Parts: sequence; C-alpha cells; structure tokens
Amino acid sequence: MQVNKKSKVKTKKQPFDYVLVAIFLVVIVITIYPFLNVLAISFNDPIDTMRNVNFIIPRKFTVHNYVYIFTENNLISPFLVSVARTLIGTATGVFCTSMLAYVLSRNDFYFNKLFTMLFIITMYVSGGMVPEYLLLTRTLKMGNSFWVYILPGVIWVYNVILIRSFINGLPQALQEAAMIDGANDFTIWWKIILPLCKPVLATVALFIAVGQWNSFMDTYLYARDLKTLQYILYEIMEQATLKIDPHTAEEQLKNTVSPLSIRMAVTIVATVPILIVYPFLQKYFVGGMTIGAVKD
Amino acid sequence: MSMKKKGKEKVVKQKFSWSLMWKQRYLLAMSVPFLIWLIIFKYIPLWGWTMAFQEVKPNSFALPVWKRKFVGFANFIQTFQDRLFKQTMLNTIGISILGIFLGTFAAIIFALLLNEICFNKFKKVTQTISYLPHFVSWVIIASIAKMFLNDGGALDVLFGKKLHLMSSNSPLFWVVVCLINVWKEVGWDAIIYLSAMAGIDQGLYEAAKVDGASRFQRMWHITLPGIKPTVVVLLIMSIGGALNVGMERQMLLSNGIVQDHAMVLSWFAYVRGIGTNNYGLGTAIGMFQSVVGIVLLLIANKIAGLLGESRLI
Repeated sequence: MQVNKKSKVKTKKQPFDYVLVAIFLVVIVITIYPFLNVLAISFNDPIDTMRNVNFIIPRKFTVHNYVYIFTENNLISPFLVSVARTLIGTATGVFCTSMLAYVLSRNDFYFNKLFTMLFIITMYVSGGMVPEYLLLTRTLKMGNSFWVYILPGVIWVYNVILIRSFINGLPQALQEAAMIDGANDFTIWWKIILPLCKPVLATVALFIAVGQWNSFMDTYLYARDLKTLQYILYEIMEQATLKIDPHTAEEQLKNTVSPLSIRMAVTIVATVPILIVYPFLQKYFVGGMTIGAVKD
Repeated sequence: MSMKKKGKEKVVKQKFSWSLMWKQRYLLAMSVPFLIWLIIFKYIPLWGWTMAFQEVKPNSFALPVWKRKFVGFANFIQTFQDRLFKQTMLNTIGISILGIFLGTFAAIIFALLLNEICFNKFKKVTQTISYLPHFVSWVIIASIAKMFLNDGGALDVLFGKKLHLMSSNSPLFWVVVCLINVWKEVGWDAIIYLSAMAGIDQGLYEAAKVDGASRFQRMWHITLPGIKPTVVVLLIMSIGGALNVGMERQMLLSNGIVQDHAMVLSWFAYVRGIGTNNYGLGTAIGMFQSVVGIVLLLIANKIAGLLGESRLI
C-alpha cells in the first residue's frame, strides 16, 4: 500500500488534492462517529440520554453503566469464555495451520497433491448448516462444551494457503542445508520455518483471534449455555426491543439503568479489545491479504 | 483462491514404496491427524447430503442410513412449494446482486480516490480507520445500527423526521443491509485494489504525463485497466457465492416487521431444518444452495475465460 516514493516527484498541490482530503474527512467522520456516539452514551447518565442520543461527549458523565453490567448483569463469566476461546483457539489454530501448511509446501511429500486437493475442495463445497449441526450436537455430542468453539474451526483452508505461499517464497537453501545436517522434518518446521514466518503468522493469528472473539453463530447454534460476550450482547439487544414509556420510565430509572445504556456499554466492552490490537498488526495483514489474493 | 501456475515447480514423479513412507514419516505424522480432522468435520457433513433424500426427524436420525425412509426428491419439491421459498429466493438474489454491485463499486471508488491522495500520513490514518468496522462483529454492528436506524433513532432525530429504515416491509431493507455492509467492508475490500494499483508500472503514468494526459484521464486509462484482472477474479468469486448470503447478518439486523424481506436461503434452512426439526428438509435446502453455487462459479469462470481474463480454477 505504499506510494512509490522514488518516482513520486514533488509536485505542486492542486485544488483536487484538497477536495480529496475533504472527501476522506467525511468518510472518516461517517466511519468513526457511530463508535464515538456509542462510547459517549455508555458513559452518559441513562436518563439524560433519553433526551437526545446525538452526542459524542458525555453530557452527564457516569461509570454507573459499566459498574452495573459487571455486577448485576454478571458479564464476568461470558467475558472469560470469550477470552479463553480467543487465546486457546488462536494458539491451537496457528500451531495446526502452520504445521499443515509446511507439509503441503513440501513438493517432495508423496501425498502433497492429494491432500492439498482434499483440503481445497472443502473451500467450495460444504455439507451445510444442518448436517454440521447434527454432527456436532448429535453424533459427537459436543453441544454446550468448550471444544465446540475450538475443534471444528481449528483449520481454515484459506489460512493454510496463505502460510503455504509464504513458505514457498522462502529460500530453499535453508531447508536443504538443515536436511544435510540431519535435522528431521519436524525440527526444520519448528526451528527454521516458523521463525521466518513471523509476518504471515501474525496475520493468521489476527484473523483467527478476531474470528474467535467475534464469533456468534456457534454459540447460537451449539452452545447457548456457554455464553460469550457477543451472545450476551445479542440477548440484551433482543430484550431491548420492548419500548419504554418515557413518562413512567423516569421513575423506574431513578436508581437503575436503561436498556440502551447497558447495551452501549456492553458494545464497547466487546469492541475495545479489537480496537487495541488491530492497528499494530496492520503492516502484517495488509501484506498477508496481498499474498493470498495475488500469488496463490 | 488457487490460481495454479503450471510448470512453476519441478515435480519429481515418485513411486509409492514403504521405504519412502518411512523416510517421510515426520511429514505423515504432521499431516495425517489433520486429514482425519478434515474427514470428520468436513466430509462427514458432505456425506450428510444423503439426508436430503430421506425423511429425517430427531428420532430417525439415530438410525443407520439404510434404515431411514427414502423419499427421493420429496424434500426438494417441498422446498420449492414452500410458501416462503419464492420470497426467500428473491431476497437472496436481490441482496446478493445489490451487495456485489454496491460493494465492488464503492471499494473501487474508495481505492481510486485514496490512491490519488498525496499526503502520505493522512492516507495512512484514513486507511487504518477504514479497517475498523471490518474487525467488529455483526452483533456489535447490529447493536449500533439499530440504535441509529430504528424509529426514533439517532438518524431520525438528525433528520427530524421518521425515515422508517428498519420498519418498512419492503425491499428498502435490502438497500439498508447492503449499505451497512458497504460501510463495514469498504476500507477492507479496497486493500486488494490498492495493492493492484501499486503494481501498475509507474512508467505508464510518466509517459501519460509527458503526453499531456490529465489526472482523470490517467485514472481512467491507466489505473482502471490496470486493476481490471483483479476486479474480474473477485467478481467471479462473489458470483460463486451469490446464494451464500450469511444468516448471521440477516438475522441480527432484522426485526419482526422486516423479516419477510430479510429471510435468505441459509436462514431458511435453519428455520425449516433445525427450527422445526425436519433435518431432511433443511439438508435439502442447504444442498440446493451449495449445488447452485458451484454451477454459478463454473459458469462465471467459463465466461471469464472466454473474455480472455485470468480464471480462478
């Protein structure tokens, strides 16, 4: 995504350059305003929020909404489930994906073609929701167990291809030298390939971690007893559809909080971890995206 | 995503032998467990397609395949005659085509304009911000969207009148869904076009400049043709997935009022298959979606080949 700095001669700025900046300032506002709005509501006094919801600086600052969701709503256990599945899922996912990708990058492996084909087919054809649901809940009896968050999605074929094409781009000489020294294939993968793959592993780790953190459908389909943060937010959203009469509500809300404020606070709790992580990995995933799409 | 370039790798044709297997025992140990995983989690559900031709209810699921009642194409016929089927197909195709059109158009425009920005710092910040919604889950997006778009929501207040964006039982909901999707994905989708633009020979621009081409002429005659192969490949992929409109997004954004226009095939499979415990019917709907998807992909691929563009498969 870098501008070709060498060939870009310093030219005089045209009016169009400033028009572009103006256009993208509008784009930035449209992208960011909803998040700032939600953030402001989550820190604003619930009764005050009912007057008008369009603001990005809390008018009556309070942390009561957050205190409420972590004490009354018991957000702690869903939060822990979300964190656990993200950490464990990402670690096992990166380990397994990179191991498989290395094997499939080895052209001298006898089953290379066959295995690659078997994996790639599943990108285009899948059994669909009902057979998968039956397999997981009825046949394997994984419903409401933590493993349903980890095992079925431990490998994404797209990520395998991503890592494999990265490995293919590494110099062959390193592997050959190690082989002559008598290192076995596992050692070559672990000691030589993995350290060189850090950029693509960071990309894949980000993809898996975001997927795990954001995952909602698997809870909805298989594990409603093992609630994640996303599922809790969904439940709150469903409950909040009841309309509240502003006249009586004010009485009720004197010492409590409004559904909207709670929802916005939970929304922020579910968003912030991603917000913290992704900008730092940007240079990796932009490169990773390009490898996956162009080279393979 | 497998555009294989032939002849790139020198393949040594190996004969099967046990000594070769022993030599590659580490590679085998590192891949066979995943093959078993693949068979269990991906190929057994494919085998589950047999259920589409059987009557499978919760009590008959435990029976072995050959003991279940074979019903031929009855599940498919029942699907096509379902009172919701026509509207569901219409929604799926409508949302899909509108989504592909709006999404591709917006991402290309976004990339084209961003590529022209000469303030590097500003460009970088803009891009970082534009990725943000992509990484946020649909539950969160839905939570925010409903706050903004529901009756009496922030957008209604802003415009001072009722827009009924989320409460009109009409194809307006398709547009709303697609626009939310554009808002979420435009920055992310633009990555690929931007990297295609970065690959265009800079000499072309210099030459055009010398010939006196204006900035817009350069964008139109150099940048756009330069990214054409990328656009075609991505369009093929999206046409292949035309029926795979995700249930998650539709379910989360919809509500009781707009549900008629939010229902798509995958959600329909859930409602009929798991919701009413008619597993055979649900499988048939999923299989229909999958098979049509493959046919669409092959057709799009063929067309791209005929047009002389790079093909996917």
